[in-house]
Amino acid sequence: MIDLSTDYLGLKLKNPLVPSASPLSKNLDTALRLEDAGAAALVMYSLFEEELRAEDAMMDRFLLHAGIGHGEADGFLPGFGEFQGGLERYLEHLQRLKSRLEIPVVASLNGVSPSGWVELGHALQEAGADALELNVYHVAAEMLESGEAVEARYLSLLRELRSAVSLPIVMKLSPFFSSLPHFVKQLELAGAQGVALFNRFYQPDIDLDTLCVVDQLHLSYPDEALLRIRWLSILHGRTHLTLAATGGVHSHEEAMKLLLVGADVVHLASCLLQHGPARLTQILHDMERWMSEQEYVSVAQLKGSMSQKNLSDPAAMARSSYLRVLDSFSPRPGVWS
Amino acid sequence: MTVSHLRFGPAPIRSAYLVEAGMAHFVACHQPVFVDRYDLLAHAAPDGVFLLNTSEPADRVWNTLPDTMRAQIVEKRLQLWVIDAYAVAAEAGMGRRINTIMQTCFFAISGLLPKDEAIAAIKHAVDKTYGRKSKRLVELNYRAIDATLAHLRQVTIQPAGAIGKPPEPASAVAQIVPDFVRDLTLPIYQGHGDRLPVSLLPVDGTYPLGTAQYEKRNIALEIPVWEADLCTQCGKCVFVCPHTAIRARAFSAEAASDAPPTFKHVPAKSKEFPAGTHISYQVAPEDCTGCGDCVEACPIHDKSNVSRRAVNMAPVGPLRDPERDNFAFFLRLPEFDRSMIKHGTIPGSMLLDPLFEFSGACAGCGETPYIRLATQLFGDRMLIANATGCSSIYGGNLPSTPYTVNGAGRGPAWSNSLFEDNAEFGLGMRLAADQLMDYAKQLARELANEIGGNLADALVSADQREEVGIVEQRQRVALLLDKLAASRHPRAKELASVAEWLIRRSVWIIGGDGWAYDIGYGGLDHVLALPYDVNILVLDTEVYSNTGGQTSKATPIGAVAKFSAGGKATAKKDLAKIASDYGHVYVATAAYGAKDVQTLRVFHEAESYAGPSLIVAYSPCIAHGYDMLYNQRQQELAVKSGHWPLFRFDPRLAEAGGNPFKLDSAAPSQPVKTFMESETRFAMLQRSHPEAAQGFLQQAQRDAERRFKMYQDMAQGHAVEPKPGA
Repeated sequence: MIDLSTDYLGLKLKNPLVPSASPLSKNLDTALRLEDAGAAALVMYSLFEEELRAEDAMMDRFLLHAGIGHGEADGFLPGFGEFQGGLERYLEHLQRLKSRLEIPVVASLNGVSPSGWVELGHALQEAGADALELNVYHVAAEMLESGEAVEARYLSLLRELRSAVSLPIVMKLSPFFSSLPHFVKQLELAGAQGVALFNRFYQPDIDLDTLCVVDQLHLSYPDEALLRIRWLSILHGRTHLTLAATGGVHSHEEAMKLLLVGADVVHLASCLLQHGPARLTQILHDMERWMSEQEYVSVAQLKGSMSQKNLSDPAAMARSSYLRVLDSFSPRPGVWS
Repeated sequence: MTVSHLRFGPAPIRSAYLVEAGMAHFVACHQPVFVDRYDLLAHAAPDGVFLLNTSEPADRVWNTLPDTMRAQIVEKRLQLWVIDAYAVAAEAGMGRRINTIMQTCFFAISGLLPKDEAIAAIKHAVDKTYGRKSKRLVELNYRAIDATLAHLRQVTIQPAGAIGKPPEPASAVAQIVPDFVRDLTLPIYQGHGDRLPVSLLPVDGTYPLGTAQYEKRNIALEIPVWEADLCTQCGKCVFVCPHTAIRARAFSAEAASDAPPTFKHVPAKSKEFPAGTHISYQVAPEDCTGCGDCVEACPIHDKSNVSRRAVNMAPVGPLRDPERDNFAFFLRLPEFDRSMIKHGTIPGSMLLDPLFEFSGACAGCGETPYIRLATQLFGDRMLIANATGCSSIYGGNLPSTPYTVNGAGRGPAWSNSLFEDNAEFGLGMRLAADQLMDYAKQLARELANEIGGNLADALVSADQREEVGIVEQRQRVALLLDKLAASRHPRAKELASVAEWLIRRSVWIIGGDGWAYDIGYGGLDHVLALPYDVNILVLDTEVYSNTGGQTSKATPIGAVAKFSAGGKATAKKDLAKIASDYGHVYVATAAYGAKDVQTLRVFHEAESYAGPSLIVAYSPCIAHGYDMLYNQRQQELAVKSGHWPLFRFDPRLAEAGGNPFKLDSAAPSQPVKTFMESETRFAMLQRSHPEAAQGFLQQAQRDAERRFKMYQDMAQGHAVEPKPGA
């Protein structure tokens, strides 16, 4: 019997597969099916700061001040009394999930502004969350904002949240930090219990017919796991933080590679959205099969065994492979000659 | 301007009367622009308090006030307090909402309650309103209240301030206005309606047209600026403008030789016009409401900067004066020969002079473009019966009306009737016009020898379905009147008195869905069942708008409205489909923001059909709950999602042996969900009754698919499948 259990933010999980924040957790039934399929924990869909703000603005404008300049319009849309705010809905759903699921539930916060986190964190803790994931979806696009200032923004949000809750906090990071190990160290010092690598920024696209910018959801693909493999490999053994891999895991192959370089848990979203809960069971099954074939007895045994620290050639995960990779490329016959 | 009279006292106040002149201990002005327009301090009592919202700082504001106001302040020994409420609101994240701020000022300085007690009470009220729905809104309001106290300033009164004469109520414009407007309309605008003698009011209740132009509301912070170099002269901006504040005109280049220096005009791109024809797209800067719909409608993008269109919004400040002169010049340009313009194209029809302008409808209104379009095409011969509702309010908002006349003095004749009888009211107009025409024809035949047999024949048998026939008939009537003036025939005067009725009138019956689907439906059905030539325009906002947001039978499933706080449980009535079942009624649905060419075609076809016509026109409304800047986008979504399919049913096609039903919109390419989630009227149900909302959404999707399938079958001439459960 292979022991798949792993530690995640101080929680003991039965295996390393954790569905990440996605619409799948919005529905209780879907969440139960994920649990039945073998998920070891569940990260809830994100509570978006801008969604709360937009809702406030909508409520304010169309329900309370519809009649600016048009007195008659003030009461056009009734029902404010029954209106349930986004936070309220989230908390209720969190309570519902907690009451029905056996597995730990991680609440996910997505926002960038510097205040308002204390109350939010409190509310989520009260509602029963087992941990908090803080996803700072910040596109650093200001000429006058330095990389240091961007890092400071994360740290200050983390500190504010840390002061408010006793729950473990995991920071979901983007891949765009100049010196990731240094920054991760700062997060550790500021009170984080884990980092999740990496957030996927959805890229705006252009519609050539209308010349409009369009937002489209592109699901991840397995190659994206490579970026995670490198950085988790570098971080493993150098920090006490829990390491979560997120983005690009579609089969047991990516999952195993990520565990080998040091991930404590592996998040899944795109593959579940595409193939349903059975894919999670399949990955678990394939993981066990592979481990058995390779004669591993536990996840703990293999975790980090191929991290940079444990490699005979540490440069393989850093720069030097660059040259070798470039030189290895040869075009198909007939393409250039 | 709204003036609220509030009286306070320790005992309940039971009798209602206004605060009289010189009796108000506190006067507040929330809008800085009123300072120059109105006598704000006539009501102020000696030693009272005057609170002014102004962007001028306390140490400079005194010198910016009109002399008369300063004199009143000094004479009445008023305290003057100022606050820049818009700045405080913006800083606190409240946008332009200043009510909480002005209320806080009032309690802080009126002395009505101890200040701390009053502020605590206001904060308590904020808690009660927003409560646990949104902590952020509570915070914003708290922040605004605290910032208010920090920004409220008392102004030092300088008694040396010059004391001038009372302001002249009539502006420069008033010097050149008709007597009626000078004596009646402008004083009412000034807020002096109570001072007018009854004898000034028209005895028969008939008011002249063309008076909304004197209102000059000046409410836009930004107005469109035309980029002549980019423009393809497509006319779409004119088509969508809810206030007729952007216009196009064609003219000979020489006519613009004495134009103001910043007046823009370029050669007409269309080859149909004679060489040397120029075109101008001109904005009425003081009448524009700044909704931005014209910019959204503009299909042109600068090749090097995609956000620059052929019209772009710009701050009105530096533009107001030059554009006012340009617009005045634009109006003086000679009217282009209508027979040389293609009425069936958007660029052409938008060169026709509108006879509906500057209404008081909401910025971005989705109803008014339809009415303006009708007046551009048929305004010089329209008789309009208007049901109660928004269109009757902005249509006849006395003392002014947005309906106006062309260069020849012709324009729509308009009257308002009740919700329950407007269709019959319009039918009466038709019958009266027909009766008078028949009588005039009878007289013309009788007087054939006097006026000439050929003229009599031509007058009686004239084909007036199209405008060209009407123009010819007008010439004949002019000739007839000349002949009658010279005639001594005893019946000549009688014929002269009715001769104008020999010109065909275009009768329009206009109203909203509350009228057509609900309260006036019986009458509407009655008129549809008859063969008379009336054009019925239903401005369908899918809710009683002006009445206060109540559910109508046009309200779609899942929409929240009064009487449907839990979402309307049943589908919208398919009025157009029901009307088409008669077979002899021309019926069409339209949504100008989705397919403007189809809308234009529908109006032409409806008017030219010699029986009853019904146009059900999708009309975005502020009650739908989105920024009206996106008026056209939402119309497009309504059509693309299958919520609002476009079709025409033309009995003439059936008479010619064809299929009268033409489907003008493609199969739904977007889920109804996309449309419903983008409007607060639907989206709010997701917040209050999420499960019900989900059910309605699924039903709406099924309804949209079933309806489209049914229309598709009808368009293909197939038998219509019965409704499920029928």
